[in-house]
Order: sequence, then structure tokens, then C-alpha cells
Amino acid sequence: MEAFSALVAQVDPADAKNTAAAASAGYAYGLAAIGPGIGIGYLVGKSVEAMARQPEAAGMVRTTMFLGIAFTEALALIGFVVFILLKFA
Amino acid sequence: MTNHTGTNDAFTTRFDGPAPEVAVSTDLVKRGLLVAPVLIAVCAVVWGVDGAWSSAYGIVLVLVNFALAAALIAVAARISVGLMMGAALFGYLIRLGLIFIAVWLVKDAGWISLPALGSTIIVTHLGLLFWEMKYVALSLAHPGLKPSASNLDNSI
Repeated sequence: MEAFSALVAQVDPADAKNTAAAASAGYAYGLAAIGPGIGIGYLVGKSVEAMARQPEAAGMVRTTMFLGIAFTEALALIGFVVFILLKFA
Repeated sequence: MTNHTGTNDAFTTRFDGPAPEVAVSTDLVKRGLLVAPVLIAVCAVVWGVDGAWSSAYGIVLVLVNFALAAALIAVAARISVGLMMGAALFGYLIRLGLIFIAVWLVKDAGWISLPALGSTIIVTHLGLLFWEMKYVALSLAHPGLKPSASNLDNSI
């Protein structure tokens, strides 16, 4: 415990802050990309299923699928913006 | 869905013909270019000249992202539905990587303002999608009708 306290005392607060910011940025970007990845996979999978069941409606399905992908991707973009603000700003 | 010989096939499937994603992304790009001066002006007021340049860069990023997503899906759909699914998933990863590289390359540039860039990316992306969704919802409700102001009035 004393060794740990001595180690903590040696850490520069500015370095600790930078390290925490870098780690948080990585978590923000990584976690924000996982959800949309699952969402897009589910969305496209269901769309392909719908197109296979009803090929004549493929145009409508593809249109809504594209918009769905773009909306889902917005979540990842929000995470990316948090990342660039934490990491580079 | 047809196979390479044009006959119905449950296993080898692809979509020939017009790509609706390309039409949607073309609409998005047109509207994005339409509102770009307003967004740039707002960012210029809030963040100055750097904000204006960053906003313009952010708008270009979002529009290229839309166009690239549509092109990937449209090209893959002409080859096979399975490839379309792969293109949608891996295209997502590739486009995220490209956006990261595009921002990383300019992060230390003198003209960049990261808050302006970030807010422009989010506002442009979501704003254009909500704007487009109104017309797509109308098209789905009234297939074959070209979205216009009069159609919107009739649908209410």
C-alpha cells in the first residue's frame, strides 16, 4: 500500500489527466462503434430476408435500409465526435 | 431477384436495375449543398474563419460518406445480395476508418476548429437524414409520385 501511495505521489497530475482523456476517448469511440455495428448487421440481415420473401418490394426495402443504416451510423459519428474532442481538442 | 441467366433462383441472387440508394444519396448531396452556406455562415459567426473552414470540411466529409455508402451498396447489390450485406457491414467499418483518417490528417492544421467540425458533422448528418426521411416516407405511402410541395399538402 505504501509502495502504491509512493507511486501515485510521483504521478504528474497533468500526465494523469492526459492518460485518462486518451483512455476515455478510446472507450468512447470503441463502444460507440459496437452498437451501430450490431444494429447495421441486424438491419441489413432483416432487409435481405424481406427482399428474399418479397422481391417486388426490394426497391422500398433498400431505400428504408439505406436510411436505417445512415441513422444507425449517426450514433457512431456522435461517438467519433466525442473522441476527437477528447483526444485532439 | 434473378441469377446470372435471368431466371428465378433462390440461391444465386442479385438486383439488376436502378439503385434506390443512389437516388437517395443524390438527394442528400443536393440538399447538403443547398444548406451548406447557411451552416458555414453559422459556424463562421460562432467560431470565426476557422469555424467556417472546418464546417465546410465537415460538410464535405458527410456528403462523401453518404455517396460512398450508396455506391458500395449499389455496386454490391448488382453482384449478389450476400455481398451487399458484406458491403454494408464492412463498408461501415471502412467509412469510419476513412473519416478518422480524414480528421487525423487535418487535426493540427491551423485552420481547423474541432468543435465546429464535430458539431457540423452531427448536425449535417442527422439534419439531412430527417429532411430526406420526409420525402421517402411520402414516396413509400404514394409509390410512383414524385415528392413535391403539393404532394406534401395532399398527404396531410
